[in-house]
Amino acid sequence: MSQPKTLFDKVWEKHVVTSSDNLDLLYVDFHLMHEVTSPHAFRALREMGIKVRRPDLTIATMDHQVPTSYLNEPVRDPVAAEQMETLMANSKDFGVKVYPWGSEDQGIIHVIAPEKGIIQPGMVVVCGDSHTSTHGAFGALAFGIGISEVAHVLATQTIRQRKPKKMAVTLTGKRPKGVTGKDLILYILQIIGTDGGVGHVIEYRGDVIKELSMEERMTICNMTIEGGARAGMIAPDETTFEYLKDKPFAPKGEEWEKAVEEWKQLHTDEGAVFDKEVVVDVTDIKPFVTWGTTPAQAVSIDSMVPVPRDPNEERALEYMGLAPGMPMKEVKIDAVFIGSCTNSRLEDLRAAADVVKGRKVKEGVKAIVVPGSMKVKREAEEEGLADIFVNAGFEWRASGCSLCVGMNEDVLEAGQRCASTSNRNFEGRQGKGARTHLVSPAVAAASAIMGKLADPAEMAKEVAR
Amino acid sequence: MKKIRNIAGKALPLGFSDVDTDQIAPSDAMKFSKRTNMAGYLFKDWREDPDFVMNRPEYKDAIILLAGENFGCGSSREHAPWALLDYGFRAVIAPSFGDIFKNNCSKVGLVTIELEDPIVKQMIAIAEANPQTEFAIDIAEKTITCEGFQWHFHMDQFTQYKLLHGLNEIEITLLEQEAIQRYEAKRPSFLPRII
Ligand code: SF4
Repeated sequence: MSQPKTLFDKVWEKHVVTSSDNLDLLYVDFHLMHEVTSPHAFRALREMGIKVRRPDLTIATMDHQVPTSYLNEPVRDPVAAEQMETLMANSKDFGVKVYPWGSEDQGIIHVIAPEKGIIQPGMVVVCGDSHTSTHGAFGALAFGIGISEVAHVLATQTIRQRKPKKMAVTLTGKRPKGVTGKDLILYILQIIGTDGGVGHVIEYRGDVIKELSMEERMTICNMTIEGGARAGMIAPDETTFEYLKDKPFAPKGEEWEKAVEEWKQLHTDEGAVFDKEVVVDVTDIKPFVTWGTTPAQAVSIDSMVPVPRDPNEERALEYMGLAPGMPMKEVKIDAVFIGSCTNSRLEDLRAAADVVKGRKVKEGVKAIVVPGSMKVKREAEEEGLADIFVNAGFEWRASGCSLCVGMNEDVLEAGQRCASTSNRNFEGRQGKGARTHLVSPAVAAASAIMGKLADPAEMAKEVAR
Repeated sequence: MKKIRNIAGKALPLGFSDVDTDQIAPSDAMKFSKRTNMAGYLFKDWREDPDFVMNRPEYKDAIILLAGENFGCGSSREHAPWALLDYGFRAVIAPSFGDIFKNNCSKVGLVTIELEDPIVKQMIAIAEANPQTEFAIDIAEKTITCEGFQWHFHMDQFTQYKLLHGLNEIEITLLEQEAIQRYEAKRPSFLPRII
């Protein structure tokens, strides 16, 4: 019998075109692009007089800088406008499919690719963006690349890589009610730290993972990069196939049958060895929130702001304006952001709307919902979710990265505190001096109502609908 | 890319550890779609301090940067090696580098050399004692020479080949087009395509 392999080994080996000096040239099944990291790459191609090798395996969209508070008007920020126009021109010149701002297919690249069925098990997917790791949820190997690498992929449809090490994170026990994919990944990050995955590709395993929806799996893989890993992966199963079936780019008819047969082989063999293994029991956890300036600085919503253990943590607390010993549930907030490629899919908006329904946003709190794609926006409007948010006092926006990165006009002021469903709480990420608490959509919604970080499970008692 | 075999010139003794890419090229440098000259962004905040070593006239035309551990940690922005190149640096010598930074440097033709901490410290002492000292890097021989000293360094074959032949990675991979075509011919038909 051949040597047992991990899921990652199988996908990697299938894509090796050539290898030399411990470097493998990997074939890229799909390349995703957005307006910020693409211009320099297209320019490099132009300078070398090279065409895009496989425009049919490439899509582009606009997400990082697009306005979300208006549509069908000239873009007010000239820098954003210029990058958006540049992408239009490049897509036209090089024959790359683009889903521009204002079109019905536009959205955050990591939301639109899966919703179109472009991401399938066993694929190698790259994008000039670190949260490309999202797509590992399908059992694909998906990772972010630099600008020169974007040019390399455009020119050759390949990428040269040294094979990373293998790490397993196994979730055991029983997931408590009210604990979402976001809470699980914050919990995992708090255990492994921001560098726990450096040099590795993580496979998430165990029964807890099998029970998660595709959306939750995407949330977990999305934030894998915050633990320093190259990518996160989850073996495909019935949930994956169910999600993909009938999506526009999913195989059809006989091709579908053939694909599913292959996809079923994509799992880690019994006895395969990982370089590093972590086992996490999730039985007793609660919703998780961050208190500091890295995603790993997180605690249960029931706990208190921790006593700093080192100068880094001291600095984080100072930046966040928090004192040790203060209950997290007493932390007052000024803003709520429900959005980003971590948590802006229909399921996320449903979870938030469920908490918000019939209630009002606390006076003085600025709360916005930014759907991950225009498709999510339409569906949420049809389902009545948009009305729930608007009636409660949320702003209902068009799709884009928005307050996740603060590159468009959505930024917070210094000192403002935000409960955010995004993935990075770095200093200044949501605006210079702004303070970010990473939370799940349900916790974000509850916090908007209460005006402070809140556990949705306790809402019924405190605020009547 | 230009072929690089020898780099010889003055060295700037920076020394600090954990210099992140935000310091090397602050985020204002990332706003441009065009490849503007980024020399002005290099260590922008630190250069406001008149005593910062880069502001000293005797190091004005240094082309080798002597840095501390973990140089170039932080975000993946390729603007950091661009800023160093635009300013005139051709090589950075340090005990260790941020992973992605080092990778990015190798793609844009900025030479990175890893040497043990005491050796880098010795070089820094030499450059501080006499800013006019010339350091000579030989990529083919993998040596650095100055004032009668010679040190050997390690460099992987692929990077060395790229530098010596002045090839960028795209050009190298294009030489493997046939292998890519062969691979493409056997990809499963159910994989997604935009038509
Ligand atoms: S939503 Fe945030 S993390 Fe995701 S792609 Fe946009 S900026 Fe990056």
